[in-house]
Amino acid sequence: MSLLDIQKLSLSIHGTPILDNVSLSLRPGEILGVIGESGSGKSMTAFATMQLLPDGANASGKILLQGQDLLTTSEPELCAIRGKDIGMVFQEPMTALNPLQSIGKQVAETLRIHDRSLSRGEAMRRAANTLERCGLPGDQFPLSRYPFELSGGQRQRVVIAMAIALQPKLLIADEPTTALDVTTQAQILVLLKRLVSEDGMALMMITHDLAVVSGMADRICIMRAGKVIEEGAAGTLITESKHPYTRALFEASSHQPDRIQGAHNVPLLQVRNVVRDYALPRKGLFAKPGRHRAVNDVSFELHHGESLGLVGESGCGKSTLTRAILGLEEVQGGEILLDGEPVFAANQPNHKVRRKMQVVFQDPYGSFNPRHKVARLIAEPFHLLETQPRGAEREALIDEALESVGLTPVDKHKYIHEFSGGQRQRIAIARALIIKPKLIILDEAVSALDVSIRAQILDLLADLSARFGLTYLFISHDLSVVRAITDRVLVMQDGEIVEQGETGAVFDAPAHAFTRTLIAAAPRLPDIPAHIGDTHGA
Amino acid sequence: MLIYALKRLRSLVLSLLVASVVIFAVIEVVPGDPAAFMLGINAQEDTIAALREELGLNLSVYQRYFNWVGGLLSGDFGISYTYRSPVAEIVTERLWVSLPLAAYALSLTVLLAFPAGILAASRRGSVTDLSVMGFTQLGVAIPNFWFAMLMVLAFAINLRWFSAGGFPGWDEGFWISMKSLTLPAIALALPQASILARVMRSSLLDTLGEDYVRTCRAKGLSKAQALWRHALRNALIPVLTIIGLQFSFLLAGAIIIENVFFLPGLGRLVFQSISQRDLIVVESVVMLLVFAVILVNFAVDIAYALVDPRLRRGR
Amino acid sequence: MAEKSILRLALSSRNLIIGLALSLVFVIAGLLSFLWTPYDVTMLDIPSRFQTPSAAHWLGTDHFGRDILSMIMVGARTSIAVALVAVGIGMGLGVPLGLAAAARKDSLLDDLIMRGNDLVFAFPSLLIAILITAVFGPSALNAIIAIGVFNIPVFARLVRGAALSLWTLDYVLSARVAGKGAARISFEHILPNVANLLIVQGTIQFSLGILAEASLSYVGLGAQPPIPSWGRMLADSQTMISLAPHMALFPGLAIVLTVLGLNLAGDGLRDLFDPKLRKART
Repeated sequence: MSLLDIQKLSLSIHGTPILDNVSLSLRPGEILGVIGESGSGKSMTAFATMQLLPDGANASGKILLQGQDLLTTSEPELCAIRGKDIGMVFQEPMTALNPLQSIGKQVAETLRIHDRSLSRGEAMRRAANTLERCGLPGDQFPLSRYPFELSGGQRQRVVIAMAIALQPKLLIADEPTTALDVTTQAQILVLLKRLVSEDGMALMMITHDLAVVSGMADRICIMRAGKVIEEGAAGTLITESKHPYTRALFEASSHQPDRIQGAHNVPLLQVRNVVRDYALPRKGLFAKPGRHRAVNDVSFELHHGESLGLVGESGCGKSTLTRAILGLEEVQGGEILLDGEPVFAANQPNHKVRRKMQVVFQDPYGSFNPRHKVARLIAEPFHLLETQPRGAEREALIDEALESVGLTPVDKHKYIHEFSGGQRQRIAIARALIIKPKLIILDEAVSALDVSIRAQILDLLADLSARFGLTYLFISHDLSVVRAITDRVLVMQDGEIVEQGETGAVFDAPAHAFTRTLIAAAPRLPDIPAHIGDTHGA
Repeated sequence: MLIYALKRLRSLVLSLLVASVVIFAVIEVVPGDPAAFMLGINAQEDTIAALREELGLNLSVYQRYFNWVGGLLSGDFGISYTYRSPVAEIVTERLWVSLPLAAYALSLTVLLAFPAGILAASRRGSVTDLSVMGFTQLGVAIPNFWFAMLMVLAFAINLRWFSAGGFPGWDEGFWISMKSLTLPAIALALPQASILARVMRSSLLDTLGEDYVRTCRAKGLSKAQALWRHALRNALIPVLTIIGLQFSFLLAGAIIIENVFFLPGLGRLVFQSISQRDLIVVESVVMLLVFAVILVNFAVDIAYALVDPRLRRGR
Repeated sequence: MAEKSILRLALSSRNLIIGLALSLVFVIAGLLSFLWTPYDVTMLDIPSRFQTPSAAHWLGTDHFGRDILSMIMVGARTSIAVALVAVGIGMGLGVPLGLAAAARKDSLLDDLIMRGNDLVFAFPSLLIAILITAVFGPSALNAIIAIGVFNIPVFARLVRGAALSLWTLDYVLSARVAGKGAARISFEHILPNVANLLIVQGTIQFSLGILAEASLSYVGLGAQPPIPSWGRMLADSQTMISLAPHMALFPGLAIVLTVLGLNLAGDGLRDLFDPKLRKART
């Protein structure tokens, strides 16, 4: 008998169809991975199960939890079910907790709301136990801690503790590790697996990342545009699926663009003993402001035509280093040379050097001024030139840049909101290309994209580098992407480069302990030939 | 917490210092001789000289500033030229009308605005919400002194429930005095309550849309429980800011309303002093009101810290 | 958003339509008063004083026999002019200050601007007006200065807050990579993206300005006779309120309707500009 049985669930919000005849089921103790790209309706399926839908939602079909249809259950009864029979973990741990209440109180609330007779002291004691089970022992993380005193991974543990405090029969996790670093992600996944097996809970794991669920799910369900495309046992689905969308999704996830190695042994970018300090806010009234060393004695070289990866977790200093290289901020020690000239000369950013490099950022939505048309947007780097191209010459350059990234000249008359995320990232690349720089810095440039779009952008980057002899500095937290597109890689931790070398060599035989942890933590798809870190597999 | 409070205290002292310089400077730039200005055109030479002596105008600017600030600190506000009595005495007497009026109005504001704002937000889009929004839209648009006049017409002249103005004094009994402050307080409170209710509503709607409210619902809290236990306290932060600002509006508004109801408060004192060119009184009253406003803003800052642990732990 | 759909949305917003219509009535009345009023507002006509509304005097006459409708029309001119110039002062000084403070966040300049703002907030606008009039004497100009000065920190804060979040966006970073300086970025990228906020806040400050002008002229610190103003009309009516309530009613209604109109228009504009609200409504 199924624990959860969703039958022909259709959902529309303010008349817009979101889900179309979705059917899926979970047996007690089973782990179901629900996979889909953005807009597939995977999260809405979860919210429909919780009956926490936005205003204006209209659902039909059946959502049976142990035979009881949640769609026809009254709100007070639903309140009694939520938190007790179904727990839920969310994507964004930074905002999922009440900032004004201690973590102990927030966990204890789950217990007390479902059992009025429970005393405050007893609830707090059991909250402490639950937090300890979730990896937050009371001696290091007292109940009186507030969310702002915890890291993202620790906050996610608190959210999990709130969800499992009453040992529900079903746990729904909606992209629980997407906002976290790889190593933290691995720990949270281990925690979820352990809790599920200890308590015999069923887990509905919703994610865009195939690799995340492939190692833990019993069954997998693939969704696209509000429909269930395919469902089956995890092992057979991954290796044997014949469905074209499923296959395309798997292939895109492990996509390897065709690249021609064009590196010459001539240095283009030289970073020598760079130090970057930040002033911290003052702690006390009379205390001297402290300093935080974000980048500590970093040195490396990047050769003409090379593609160099820079990997590290959030806060490791890679963004700070990027800004220093771009000449946006002055460094406190060392020097940065591009083509032999300093990016920062006499306390002034050096325009002559700057026009040799451009950047592509992560967020395809925040990268463009919404009030300018595409032509003006991608022409912005012309500002760096001594004589700005005008009239027909300018138009020709804009058209050329758009065509080289696979768009058409007509697109220059549009505003940015008329484009999809993938198209925007192409426009961002066009903006970087327009002054024909030697170096393009790709700052998490494909991290926000769905896998199929990401594969296309990676192909485009490989193609452009071959055509224009571009040099890339590829900054990313995603090891599989770095592996696919770079020749050499730098590994950064706490402001320092802890390891560097040929990408293949570093990934196959990491020398530094941190690199080993990083590679071991990265989730893998089982059918990828085990070249990604197989010395540390299992 | 202590560091935070000390920091706020430092900026309080700094604000007061700058405010005193500004007020002193404005009075300093009076065209011509302040003594001649205060006495008017027909004054005798020797009376002006006597007043110059009394005001200490023969001293340097710096000395006069420090004498004035020193006087303020020790409670000596100088002697009023027109009343021939210490400014401190006159002001204290008037303060006992103005401050209770502002406090009365502020309490009414909060008592009206909180329930209205919370009710509107928790039943968004309902008839209740729409009528709260409609009433407050009107309330914001009504000038308080006009509303006061209409109330006098309705409740004092036609219905005779209240007197049309005047203040019996606290010696005549607490309730009688409160009664004579009631119409003025309502007139002051209505527009401010409308603003506050709208702020409360939109702030609460914002917090109700936050991720952590969804988390609470996933724990099994009902909508009402999530609102009262989690959203409300978070929504208070912008509301506190507005309450702080409103106190200064209420104090200033009291100056006008006192004129409608002939209340012997600071407001009437200021206007009389302006028409009699008694700059010493004007200077002191303005400084006093600014002091009150800065003090209230300090209290609001401390209230922030009580609500928000991030400030308490020195962030 | 394409221009056409903005226009269509504007026409479908009830708040905006009613608000703009109400405000326009008074703007037109004020403009018309330059050319024509039913009666001359400076002419006293003692025999026909205290008349209640009639066909000859639509809104009645005051204690000097002046036509109240004509006075309200001329008063609209005073109110709108004072409030408009005050908003202009606030925006003209506040916006550059806010942009500068955001561009140089945490610098001495930012600190100075923000402390200065706090200080102005400590003086309620009425107090500023009292100080100014105590020294320079009452006049419409001093009322404008008092209200305008109080508007500066409102706009400075608003712009700084919005600009700070814009400065963290990648498109500003791209502009910096393109070698553009803080001033250029502020005008090319920041200002156009805070313009919506400015229009909405401008409408609100405009309505607050009208209220403030009415208060100031009510206590005799605003426009001086013989220039008619709504606030002074109310002050004049106060002693005669039991005798001639219509003298108090109509100028008060004029204030309420103008302010209401501007506030409704402001709300309508905010709904129109805020994509979050727009999405929630459709």
